[in-house]
Amino acid sequence: MIVNAIFFYLFAGICVASAVMVISARNPVHSVLFLILAFVNAAGLFVLLGAEFLAMILIIVYVGAVAVLFLFVVMMLDVDFTELRQGFLNYLPIGALVGAVLLVELLLVVGGWAIAPGVGHAGSASASMTNTQAIGLVLYTRYVYFFEAAGVILLVAMIGAIVMTLQHKPNVRRQNIAEQVARRTTSAIELVKVKPGQGLS
Amino acid sequence: MIIGLGHYLSVAAILFTLGIFGIFLNRKNVIIILMSIELILLAVNINLVAFSSFLGDIVGQVYALIVLTVAAAESAIGLAILVAYFRNRGSIAVEDINLMKG
Repeated sequence: MIVNAIFFYLFAGICVASAVMVISARNPVHSVLFLILAFVNAAGLFVLLGAEFLAMILIIVYVGAVAVLFLFVVMMLDVDFTELRQGFLNYLPIGALVGAVLLVELLLVVGGWAIAPGVGHAGSASASMTNTQAIGLVLYTRYVYFFEAAGVILLVAMIGAIVMTLQHKPNVRRQNIAEQVARRTTSAIELVKVKPGQGLS
Repeated sequence: MIIGLGHYLSVAAILFTLGIFGIFLNRKNVIIILMSIELILLAVNINLVAFSSFLGDIVGQVYALIVLTVAAAESAIGLAILVAYFRNRGSIAVEDINLMKG
């Protein structure tokens, strides 16, 4: 149990510290790298909670896809980030005020509640099967519509992202397959009678 | 030294607050704002998984999976909008986005 506590404080501490660095780093590339660190440590927290499947999904989806996407966009856009940091401290008082109020409220809520007796530990079949198996048993049966809705959301996101970023340049020659297929010999070849001694002009 | 549900909820609350604070702090840089939104959704996920684990109910993890999907879709769309905007305007300053006079 002491190992559990040590790892909890390790993961939680690094997670919170890297979240602080995400919002305060000067270079957005460093922000993305600290975001990756925060997500990896959150995955560690998930493992401590017994949600191994979600931890691995978090690493695959966030570190493997989302963070790399962020990294590509940050490096692809030629943005003067020092200019964007002008007035960085203008919003510090109001932001600190809102953040402090929110944190105090959330911690009060966390400290001031209790689970009603009889709630929970109803269907804890986690002793007999793995976490992945338990998720699969409910995800593909009771929550199959949620699963399919998630798929539709991803499809819409993919199509939307492609439509928004795809651009047709006017000076690029492209293959027109319909034109090629509709081509006949009458339009492609012209027979010319050439008189002897004269060339084609 | 037992790590209870309150510990995880506190971490999630701190992460959530840091996300909100990041949005206030980086009002001009839309990339950092998107990252702050990711932090907020991560805090929500930690809450869901913590309750799921301590109450012995696997459904919380299913919902966390859905939140993860939505977060990935949201960041993809957000970054696509960002790239399209940068192509048109040559800048990503959020404060200049007032074309619709909203």
